[in-house]
Amino acid sequence: MTDPARSQRIRDQLQPRRLRPSVFWRLAEDIPPRLYWRLVTLSILFPLAVWGLVTWVGAVDPTFLPSPGQVVQAAIRLGRSGELWQDTWASVGRIGVGFTLSALVAIPVGLLMGSFASVRALLEPLFGLMRYMPAPAFIPLLILYQGVGEAPKVTLIFIGTFFFNALMVMDTVKFVPKELIETTYMLGGNRVATVMQVIFPHVLPGVLDACRINLAAAWQLVIVAELVAATEGLGRRISLAGRFLRTDEIFVGIIVIGLIGLGLDLLFQYLVRLTCPWADAK
Amino acid sequence: MFLQVRQLSKHFPTKRGTLVALEDINFSVAAGEFVCAVGASGSGKSTLLRQIAGLDQPTCGGVWIDGQRVTGPGADRGIVFQHYSLYPWMTVQENVEFGLKLHGIPPRVRREQAQYYLEVVGLTAFAQALPRQLSGGMKQRVAIARALAAEPRILLLDEPFGALDLHTRETMHEFMVQLWQRTRLTVFMITHDVEEAVFLANRILALSAHPGRICREMQVELPDRSLGVMAIKRHPAFHDYRDELVRLLRQQGRADAPTPALVA
Repeated sequence: MTDPARSQRIRDQLQPRRLRPSVFWRLAEDIPPRLYWRLVTLSILFPLAVWGLVTWVGAVDPTFLPSPGQVVQAAIRLGRSGELWQDTWASVGRIGVGFTLSALVAIPVGLLMGSFASVRALLEPLFGLMRYMPAPAFIPLLILYQGVGEAPKVTLIFIGTFFFNALMVMDTVKFVPKELIETTYMLGGNRVATVMQVIFPHVLPGVLDACRINLAAAWQLVIVAELVAATEGLGRRISLAGRFLRTDEIFVGIIVIGLIGLGLDLLFQYLVRLTCPWADAK
Repeated sequence: MFLQVRQLSKHFPTKRGTLVALEDINFSVAAGEFVCAVGASGSGKSTLLRQIAGLDQPTCGGVWIDGQRVTGPGADRGIVFQHYSLYPWMTVQENVEFGLKLHGIPPRVRREQAQYYLEVVGLTAFAQALPRQLSGGMKQRVAIARALAAEPRILLLDEPFGALDLHTRETMHEFMVQLWQRTRLTVFMITHDVEEAVFLANRILALSAHPGRICREMQVELPDRSLGVMAIKRHPAFHDYRDELVRLLRQQGRADAPTPALVA
């Protein structure tokens, strides 16, 4: 029943709640580009400034927290002696080999798992289980099987990323519209052509994105492996520096790892934009 | 008869028993005819189209094209769906060529064929565009060109204009009429839009729901459609056909128990 008094009561209660306009707190909307870049600069400069200030006033013993200047000097020192390049190259090489092998096997396997429910039933339970086994727990076994050379480190990266890669590639296939597959059948495509020429191109941006995300895991693993047993590599550099209380070198190692990781991340984002311009966010 | 559907039934097993989506469907389509199946959601019209396409197998009965029984999907039937009809990473031209590429037809022939059909649908200027740069109506025209480029014997349309706004839809209706008059295609289309069916079809099959059955077959006699949507829609015969169909479909809606439509 219409009751004017009730309508008025409700209206009175609702009226004061208006959405005030805001620039900073916009839900799911962009902010002005100038504000964006200011905030980005702030996010980098602020921690740096705090770090510099803390070390400048001498709040922490420089043995435990070197100043930004000391870290830069250590980086130059390590760079001049060639150790930094050697270590970086060693770590990047291990990731390159281990992750490439992992992706080369995982992408076709994941594609098949996503495309065929039969392959999925065959492999998903096993992969789902393997994914939850922490890869570093395999290190003692790998050393027993493969010694302390390059092989166990590459294997560690492989088993630590393979199952994630495969399962994430499998998931991307879910987003291929059924209509596209059926259109391909109607145009006379067989299953091989449909998987290779329709499903694969459609999931490629998702596949590259999965690789990008899992590459971060590869970095974790290579450092763990090098902390345990290695003669060179950024992880080895960090653990050696720790033994001699060279905190500035530890900082160099950690920052370099971070920067390379970020660089690879951006590279993959660029690759997606380059190879799949159609998938660009509108 | 070119397309024949004989005693076709389709049942879907569900937890609460068998859902009869289609029951004893019989009809045929002659070469060069434009036939529309009209029905509300749950009438099994999409299911019917899928059986003809060969994307699904009927429980009983079957589909014959030119005397050949349909056992699976094939390039002799071109299909256009309502959504996601184009390969988003291919240009318009590549989309149209794709069916021929699958059959290993040389690039030069492919290109010529694609150019011809892009001209037919009026999209030559957009040959190098990506699907996402096109409007909804243009996308559907590309999808039609792609289906036609493979030289199908029959064109199957699955509510191809259902997602378009009214104005674009009417433009597409006039486009379809021109296309059909120019190519003399055999077309089988399903839709829930009664006016669309009356404007386009030579013959209409009205489907009832739960179970899906042909409740009425109607020959449409209207003046030349190339007079345009506005002119045809003012014609008294157009109203008669439309009202008759609306009445039929409403009756079906009332007679129906509120069974959940498991098949849209």
